[in-house]
Amino acid sequence: MERPLTQNIIPGSAALSLDDYRKNGGYKSLGIVFKKMAPAEITNLVKASNLLGRGGAGFPTGVKWSLVPLEGDRSKPNYLVCNADEMEPGTFKDRYLLEGNPHQLIEGMIISAYAIQAEKAYIFLRWAYKKAEEILRKAIDEAYKAGYLGKNVLGSGFNLDLYVHSSAGRYICGEETALLNSLEGKRALPRTKPPFPAISGLFGRPTVVNNVETLSWISHIVRNGSDWFKGLSLTPTGGTKLFGVSGKVKNPGTWELPLGITVRELLEEHAGGMLPGHKFRGALPGGASTDFLVEEHLDVKMDFSTVAAAGSRMGTGTMIVLDDKTCPVAFVHNVERFFALESCGWCTPCREGLPWVEKMLESIEEGTGKMEYLDLLKFNAKYFGPGNTFCAHAPGAAEPLQSGLKYFYDDFVKHITDKKCPWR
Amino acid sequence: MSLEVNMVKIRIDGKYFEAKPEKNLLETCLSIGIDIPHFCFHPALGSVGACRLCAVKKFRDKDDTKGRIVMSCMEPVTEGLMISVEDPEVKAFRTSVLESLMTNHPHDCPVCDEGGECHLQDMTVMTGHNYRRYDFPKRTYNNQELGPFINHEMNRCIQCYRCVRFYRDYAGGKDLNVFASRNHVYFGRHEDGTLENEFSGNLVEVCPTGVFTDKTLKKHFTRKWDLTNAPSVCVHCSVGCNTIVSERYGSIRRIMSRYNGAVNGYFICDRGRFGYEFLNDEKRIKSVQIRSKKADSLQIIENEQLFTSLNNSELNSKKIVGIGSPRASLESNFALMSLVGKENFYHGISEREYSLTKTISGFFQHSGALIASLKQIEKADAILVLGEDLTNTAPMIALAIRQAARNVPNQEAKKKGIQLWNDAPVRELAQDSKSPVFIATLFKDSLDDVAEVTFHSSSEDIANLGFDIVSGLNNITTDSKTGKKDHQELAGKIAQILKNAKNPLIISGISSGDKAILHAAINIVTSLESVGSGVMMSMVLPDCNSMGLALLPGKSFQDLFILEESHRIDALIVLENDLYRRADEESVNKLFEKCDRVVVLDQLMNKTTQKADILLPAATFAESEGTIVNNEGRAQRFYKAVGNKTQVQESWRWIGELISNRDNNQTDKWNLLDDITESMAIELPLFSKLRKYSPDADFRMLNMKMPRQTIRYSGRTAINANISVSEAKLPQDPDSPLAFSMEGQNENPPSSMVPFYWTPGWNSVQAMYNYLDELDGRMKGGDPGLRLFEQSTGSKRDSLEYNNQKSEVRKNELKIVPVYQIFGSEELSAVSPSIIERIHEPFVFLNPKDSEFFHLSDEESVILEILNIKLNVKVKIENSIVPGQAGLSVNLPGMPYVDIPGTGKFHKL
Repeated sequence: MERPLTQNIIPGSAALSLDDYRKNGGYKSLGIVFKKMAPAEITNLVKASNLLGRGGAGFPTGVKWSLVPLEGDRSKPNYLVCNADEMEPGTFKDRYLLEGNPHQLIEGMIISAYAIQAEKAYIFLRWAYKKAEEILRKAIDEAYKAGYLGKNVLGSGFNLDLYVHSSAGRYICGEETALLNSLEGKRALPRTKPPFPAISGLFGRPTVVNNVETLSWISHIVRNGSDWFKGLSLTPTGGTKLFGVSGKVKNPGTWELPLGITVRELLEEHAGGMLPGHKFRGALPGGASTDFLVEEHLDVKMDFSTVAAAGSRMGTGTMIVLDDKTCPVAFVHNVERFFALESCGWCTPCREGLPWVEKMLESIEEGTGKMEYLDLLKFNAKYFGPGNTFCAHAPGAAEPLQSGLKYFYDDFVKHITDKKCPWR
Repeated sequence: MSLEVNMVKIRIDGKYFEAKPEKNLLETCLSIGIDIPHFCFHPALGSVGACRLCAVKKFRDKDDTKGRIVMSCMEPVTEGLMISVEDPEVKAFRTSVLESLMTNHPHDCPVCDEGGECHLQDMTVMTGHNYRRYDFPKRTYNNQELGPFINHEMNRCIQCYRCVRFYRDYAGGKDLNVFASRNHVYFGRHEDGTLENEFSGNLVEVCPTGVFTDKTLKKHFTRKWDLTNAPSVCVHCSVGCNTIVSERYGSIRRIMSRYNGAVNGYFICDRGRFGYEFLNDEKRIKSVQIRSKKADSLQIIENEQLFTSLNNSELNSKKIVGIGSPRASLESNFALMSLVGKENFYHGISEREYSLTKTISGFFQHSGALIASLKQIEKADAILVLGEDLTNTAPMIALAIRQAARNVPNQEAKKKGIQLWNDAPVRELAQDSKSPVFIATLFKDSLDDVAEVTFHSSSEDIANLGFDIVSGLNNITTDSKTGKKDHQELAGKIAQILKNAKNPLIISGISSGDKAILHAAINIVTSLESVGSGVMMSMVLPDCNSMGLALLPGKSFQDLFILEESHRIDALIVLENDLYRRADEESVNKLFEKCDRVVVLDQLMNKTTQKADILLPAATFAESEGTIVNNEGRAQRFYKAVGNKTQVQESWRWIGELISNRDNNQTDKWNLLDDITESMAIELPLFSKLRKYSPDADFRMLNMKMPRQTIRYSGRTAINANISVSEAKLPQDPDSPLAFSMEGQNENPPSSMVPFYWTPGWNSVQAMYNYLDELDGRMKGGDPGLRLFEQSTGSKRDSLEYNNQKSEVRKNELKIVPVYQIFGSEELSAVSPSIIERIHEPFVFLNPKDSEFFHLSDEESVILEILNIKLNVKVKIENSIVPGQAGLSVNLPGMPYVDIPGTGKFHKL
């Protein structure tokens, strides 16, 4: 089983140095690109590979790039932004790549920047990733010294400056347009779309925002081709994916596995099954903003379309497991409290509705809930629906809420009728 | 309206409508008259999609029965668009939005100043939300002290973001912002303190609920439905913004903006909004007063006594003099001119102001130049401001320029397919790019942040820059007036940009007191026209009717000071004018000494009224009807909001009575405003158009007058019950079709006669939509006001002379230039208590180099001597004023008149 992204990362050891990265074929793709490929060819290659964005939405990366106009006003730069603001609860996959193999990301960014003719690139990094920041700054320094960054990269005539920007630490900064506002020094509010960032992004210029894992793939695809990439997955999507599991399992962690492995395989073979005395009740498959999968979904394949068909989303592919020793109401309450706190405050349903949901859940968990709250919770979950809100934050928050109510409804009712939490 | 607009057909709930594709769906529906609830959208601010209230259902095609919810404010209008406003699911969604907004609202309507004219109340009713399902504690905030104008009550906030979008994005303010996030977002200042922006008062109207309310109204609070209102025109600068003035119990309660699509649109400045309190001041003159000997004090008398005590020979005398006023109406000035005769009529303004104003009015009258309205200023794509500190002399022009600065970047947005109503993307794309705006002023202006280049220099350099621009336009490179290479290059650049612009605009005025600057500005316009440019111009004048006065025959008031010692004046009649603000004290005193009888008509006691032998109580704009002419030559009518119960009446009416009395009641001079309008039209052809521009006094709709009061006006029969239980007779208004009543015809009044905005379902100021052809467009029936000057392009004119003399400044002296202040420099508003809180002590701007030279430090009090007049002023060190030139605050309360620009020297205290 191939693990192109993580094969050289040794958990617990220092990040791969420039020399080690180069020994393993690193920065070879840069040579290929500058010698043989026009920017549009790279985009076409990535399109052909069907690389889907690894940040959670699964949008085709090559398509995103192809929207950037390469002609027109070049008096100001295009921008490439790496979204390294990994704040999805239960998600820690980008951190593994950032701390383990920074040059893989940098090389991917140089190629991507070249493809969209961006002369400035930013890594927008989660504020808490202090270690990653240090590692990235060192790696960028090395890359500048080696001529991979700066003016006239490897004699190609292409210029690229790469900066690390530490985020202010809000979940919403992970939303690509809120990220751009934040990067501009403004309030981290999501932007109106259209226009998409490819037309008017950072500082009003054409911009691509890609996830760490997505960008880390680029040098591999350039070196090995799109067919190789497609062959890596068990489904037609292409590629491996960093999956993760947290919760009451024997071996929580993150692993690079082919897209299309089943939930069961992930849980039992890689996470080692449930801790003794704990039973699986359900899981949020791709971070807090995804619908619960339960027992009946254990054979669902972990890929964007297959998880969607099961009524949830693949999201970041990092799963949070709910066990029978944990109160599902408290679980959902905790998640909703997070979303209520992280609302940017721009649109009404999210700003006003989430705190209401949070208070009702808290009340139910405390044993003071009323039966009508159950309808009000359902009502709010629908109220947060896509299109009703300005961005995907509240619709994301609705997912664990609506599916929690669906699968654990009896537990909610019991809290209300018993006027207490059965788990306490 | 242009016929080139490609209209598209859209379907709304099964009905078809023609719509403009450059509008969004919400404004389209509101213009048609389909009520869609909304909060965050404002026609001047565009759409941002924050509140989610304006949701409608959009259908893919005829077969789509399910549809999907979209926000109408974010929906472009395209051919074949099919939507439903009435769809049950989307109606329920809109109700949900209201429900969640109300979870934290305090429901304190009975004690909220917004109650009864609250957009939130209207929207709550419109969506049908009425039952509360949220049963948790509400979040609360601390309120802030925001200064004398605005009250802050954050708990009422529904987070529509309109306030910050208006204050920051639209008006360029910096000290109001949104803080924190989630359901704790807070709209306020970083700390308690006075809101600094000159347009802060608009927050009162922009805020859809009671977060930002009028603090001056609070002191004498009245519900909207209890107010008696009149359409009016602001009297606090020359721009002539349209206002609504409101009264209860004989005192004025507030001023709101009145929409005029060609002038002020939705907004007014803080001087215009809060300057009204002088109307209620105790210094108001309310009765006829007289003294028989100079040594006596004034005694109150009855009207009848006035005519017996006035000696008709005085009024018939050839040695009679009338002094008019730029703050009195056209009718009152005309009346005075009629009384004393043209040859004895003097414009009561300084010699300098007289000649500069005449230059402008003459140019406007005879050149055919394109004079920009405020709305047209907003459309300019290249602007040069020459010598005028607009924020302080014509604040709404500054606000219009701020919008114009977006025109060039807006074109970029259009190219990228971003519609201009889509506010956030337009601003994100534009970032800091602006249309070319060049501001050449004597010192900094708070408008400077929109300028591509600011040029702060001496008045000579500013004028010379202007003349070099003229040379640049005429391709003459040899004759540099500035003689400075960098100035000449800048002039060349400005000339080029103005020439290439589609809608260039030149703005100047007379506040610098500098003839050369004015001539340079006019010559730039002339030169641009000669190269085929459609250049517009705008000239700022000092007072609300400076232009109207300038259009009347009359001599310079200065001529009276050079009369021989022995020359006596039998009667001097001063109309609404404090002469001590117009000329130095000594000259004015001498003038009064020459007069046997001084008749003064005015509104507030001042130094001139103290000289009166006969003092007549003149009505203010709020108690009278009349016409004033704004800086673009637009005649606008104001109507009274207070029915006179005292001796107070219009100056023109007083003077008409004097004339009738003089003529032994042979003629009944001017019973009605229409009569004097007719007299003016006959005597001065320029004003003949005034006959038709506003409905006559006998105009009726459905045989009824139009009510000044709302249908909900309370206490009519009992309002004076503490005085008498019989119902008081309603005040009569013979001069206009407006009635002091709640009864009459209040639907679709003529656009110039809208006393308040109120339509079914719309109690707030947003009811205004229903009085417009389309949002942001014209008033139904056309915008009120009448432009007096004909405009024609391509007319040939001669340039004005180059007359820039470098003023001689001796060692140890400085050139002193005037510094006008939005708060304080205008006579009437400066009496209002809220404005008084914003007035600075008299000051002088001094460059750091000069302060060093004169050993003066910041905030130090010093005596500044100009032409033997000594002023006690505070030093303000100001980097933007050039060395050798100092800026003196002018016309602040208590300051004597000084004739500047001139030279001055300091005496240490």
